Amino acid sequence: MKLSQIKELLSVQAIYEETDEKELNHVFASDLMSDALAMIDEGETTLFLTGLANMQSLRTAEMLDIHTIIFVRNKQPDQVMVEAAKDLHLNLYTTSMTMYEACGHLYRGGMKP
Amino acid sequence: MKTVYHVVKDDYEHAGQVSSKIKKTLKQLGLESRLLRNVAIACYEAEINLIIHSDGGDVTFEIDDDGVVNLSFDDVGPGIPNLDLALSPGWSTASAKARDFGFGAGMGLVNMKRVASSFDISSSPEGTHLKMSFYE
Repeated sequence: MKLSQIKELLSVQAIYEETDEKELNHVFASDLMSDALAMIDEGETTLFLTGLANMQSLRTAEMLDIHTIIFVRNKQPDQVMVEAAKDLHLNLYTTSMTMYEACGHLYRGGMKP
Repeated sequence: MKTVYHVVKDDYEHAGQVSSKIKKTLKQLGLESRLLRNVAIACYEAEINLIIHSDGGDVTFEIDDDGVVNLSFDDVGPGIPNLDLALSPGWSTASAKARDFGFGAGMGLVNMKRVASSFDISSSPEGTHLKMSFYE
């Protein structure tokens, strides 16, 4: 699914956007970074959904070559994270949806685990 | 090429910076992407372990002429009381603070062992010594 479609599906607000011209095929949703490090195999085409709005979610994305993070429940990263996202060329968005709602919309939209 | 970085106990603010530097260096050297990802995952997990479980220690990063990446993590204690348990998926002694930072799933050592080409660990109250190598 195109990132632009995902943005619409989850009614996201952009915190920092490098580009939304990306095709993402997988979703991984977790607040546990070791689970993400264990389970995500194709980071470049994976959307990372988390409620953990701190630097460790960005570092995890960096290690896995993930380009897009959406924070659920309107979690807002601080300015240090925004600057780090620019440095890492990461898209950061937030949605008011809960993890469960966001996953439901993505699953119904055809996104794979 | 050999570089040593010091990691401080409970330094959550800088957690992941050593792994980030190592990953950037290896990317510039043109390491194959799957291997690079494996080094990054293991290095990050081990760096986090130094911060949340140890009294501090050093990360030694080395790449030899054959392109083999070696990572060593040597801390000054307090050691892992039961290594077999620590290597079991889901077993964790992480603090509430570590969990707030997204760690404590009990998958750290398991993840490292999974992605490293070789993995060797020993531990005593004087310190834990972990050595991993990565090659194609």
